Amino acid sequence: MEDMSGFPQEITGKDKPMVSFRKVRKAYGSLLVLDDLDLDVSAGEMVSIIGPSGSGKTTVLRMLMTLEEINGGAIYVDGKPLTHMIQGDKLVPASEKHLRNRRSDIGMCFQHFNLFPHMTAIQNCMEGPVQVLGLSKEEARDRGEELLELVGMADKRDQHPSRLSGGQQQRVAIARALAMRPKVMLFDEVTSALDPEVIGEVTNVIRKLVAEHNLTMLMVTHQMGFARDISDRVCFFYDGKIEEQGPPVELFGNPQRERTQQFLSAVKEAV
Amino acid sequence: MSLIEFLGEYWRLLMSGTGITVVQFLLGAILTVGLALLFGLMKMSSNRLIKNSSVVYIEVFRGTSLLVQLYWIFFVLPLFGITLEKFTAGWVAIGLNAGAYGAELVRGGIMAVPKGQWEAATAINMSAARRMWRIILPQALVNMLPAWGNLMVEILKGTALVSLISVTDLMFQAKQINASTYMSAQIFGTALIIYYILARFLLTPFMRWLEGFMARKLGRA
Amino acid sequence: MLSWLFEDEWFPKFDWRWDYAWEILPRLLEATLNTLIAAAGGYAIALVLGLVFALAQRSQNKILTFVVREFVEFVRSTPLLLQIFFLFYVGPQFGITLSPWATGMIAIGLHYSCYLSEVYRGGLDSVPKGQWEAATALNMTTAQTYRRLIIPQAIPPAIPGMGNYLVGIFKDTPMLSVIGVAELIHTANAIGSETWRYLEAYTMVGLIFLALSLPAAALIRAFEGLVRRKLGM
Repeated sequence: MEDMSGFPQEITGKDKPMVSFRKVRKAYGSLLVLDDLDLDVSAGEMVSIIGPSGSGKTTVLRMLMTLEEINGGAIYVDGKPLTHMIQGDKLVPASEKHLRNRRSDIGMCFQHFNLFPHMTAIQNCMEGPVQVLGLSKEEARDRGEELLELVGMADKRDQHPSRLSGGQQQRVAIARALAMRPKVMLFDEVTSALDPEVIGEVTNVIRKLVAEHNLTMLMVTHQMGFARDISDRVCFFYDGKIEEQGPPVELFGNPQRERTQQFLSAVKEAV
Repeated sequence: MSLIEFLGEYWRLLMSGTGITVVQFLLGAILTVGLALLFGLMKMSSNRLIKNSSVVYIEVFRGTSLLVQLYWIFFVLPLFGITLEKFTAGWVAIGLNAGAYGAELVRGGIMAVPKGQWEAATAINMSAARRMWRIILPQALVNMLPAWGNLMVEILKGTALVSLISVTDLMFQAKQINASTYMSAQIFGTALIIYYILARFLLTPFMRWLEGFMARKLGRA
Repeated sequence: MLSWLFEDEWFPKFDWRWDYAWEILPRLLEATLNTLIAAAGGYAIALVLGLVFALAQRSQNKILTFVVREFVEFVRSTPLLLQIFFLFYVGPQFGITLSPWATGMIAIGLHYSCYLSEVYRGGLDSVPKGQWEAATALNMTTAQTYRRLIIPQAIPPAIPGMGNYLVGIFKDTPMLSVIGVAELIHTANAIGSETWRYLEAYTMVGLIFLALSLPAAALIRAFEGLVRRKLGM
């Protein structure tokens, strides 16, 4: 078993990060996807992750959502270990029970929405609160309606996903994730599967969340303009590492590294 | 009596029953393939009469039970002047029944051949019959062989029913031995294992081999 | 025009008697009811047991998966008729004596549960991986995910297979005649041996089977459409 002695059992302090990746390693077989990743995200911070495909961006979010196991290092959420638990005075890999306890801090929206097709918009939003949080149906319905209102989908509350456009489905998916009251929200290429004309309705919802709510957010995106507008910090991933990071004005306006410059100019040309 | 002694005493009967089962299976399977091809192709005919007679055959034999068909052929058909000896009635009923299922497999396999293949064969001026035989059927065969593997197992299992018109197959012998010894677990258990060996270790591997062989022949593997 | 039919010498043997057919009809209808009850009982067992087998084959436990997989293969490779005899005669050897009805339904249920487990597996595998990930993101347990999300979505694609095997069970119930369940063939056999007339009884049994299984395909399709609409899919 990996020696975890260098890792703290808890991160404390007034400005402790909401999310902390410590030397996180991920490999598929012999293919190293993430190499000793260190990344801290403060409470309320909006971090965008950009980079070429295959650079490990999405894997970062999927590990944080515990959809992928990590092969080394540890992830902390709100100061407490997520991927590990404390047994005696040691950190050991988390059990499913531990994950179920800790996962409730995190919500996620997917590229392909992954709405439940046999449930209406409001039922999608009520499923988690009723089944997992144990809310009564009335409470869950109130909460769901409020959130559908927030994403501008209140009038479609009784529609099944098959009757909704991609943009509408993604907005319902955001409401569904928010209904769990997570501390951290993850957006995994939420506009990549959308037709160009409906991208705005989804980005506007995220803008609203950034402006009005104090959520910690991590977003993987291919939309540089959007990332520049709303992020507190942008991380450029290359080959399983953070090649460069900084405030959007600096990273987009004055990139220091050659790979960042190449990537950004290639993206610009494509537009 | 131990199982070994028991088998020592009755293995001849079991083997002769197994032999009859295998023969019933082979004859039934051959008839199935013939009928399936014939009625599968007929169902795709543009001639209404040909097509409809195929539909009637398929629906009647798929819509009723093998056992009902077997009894009907054995007990009722003689009234129409067609008397089949029980052994023949057995595999004929099996073939007629499975042929109806096979016909649908043939039709499905042919439909799965891309339209471009028909057009290409027509473009080099092949006759309809030659196109079917040389171009379409070989490809259809590869498409449908996996499903035929399952149908063959069903045919083998179906042969057990011929024991009910006193054909002395494995099932029949097992019943006879059970009636005289009351060693039900031993005899029926042994019979189950023999059927299992036939299906799982002879028939299925053969069909898999045939699949691979045909795929290689058509350059698909 | 058809007069040659009546001149032929075999024809007198082929004397369909309507009054006789009419006379045996009530007994055959009663047997039809029995057939349907046996089929329904067997199907109920198969539906539940099939799901157990399907879920067992998806379990993380390699040994369980292997044992269930091999058992399903074994049952599917051997004749139902022999399995019926096995259950009927072997049970009493070990002190378990069940009625022919119970034995028959268990045998048919067990046999078809192995087919249904494959249908269920196909349905379960057809649910996209994203649904599992969304369930994890909502922090749902595996049991909740199956019950609330996966199984409801696995049902519509499984309906055609489930329907076909219901018809299959119905058509296999005549095998229960061998252990004395008074279904259609058993009744037709009895009628035949009483009167030495087989034509009407066996033909009517065939027609009853046709009348009940022919509309089944259309009904199954309609039912699938209904369920899909109900689930909004």
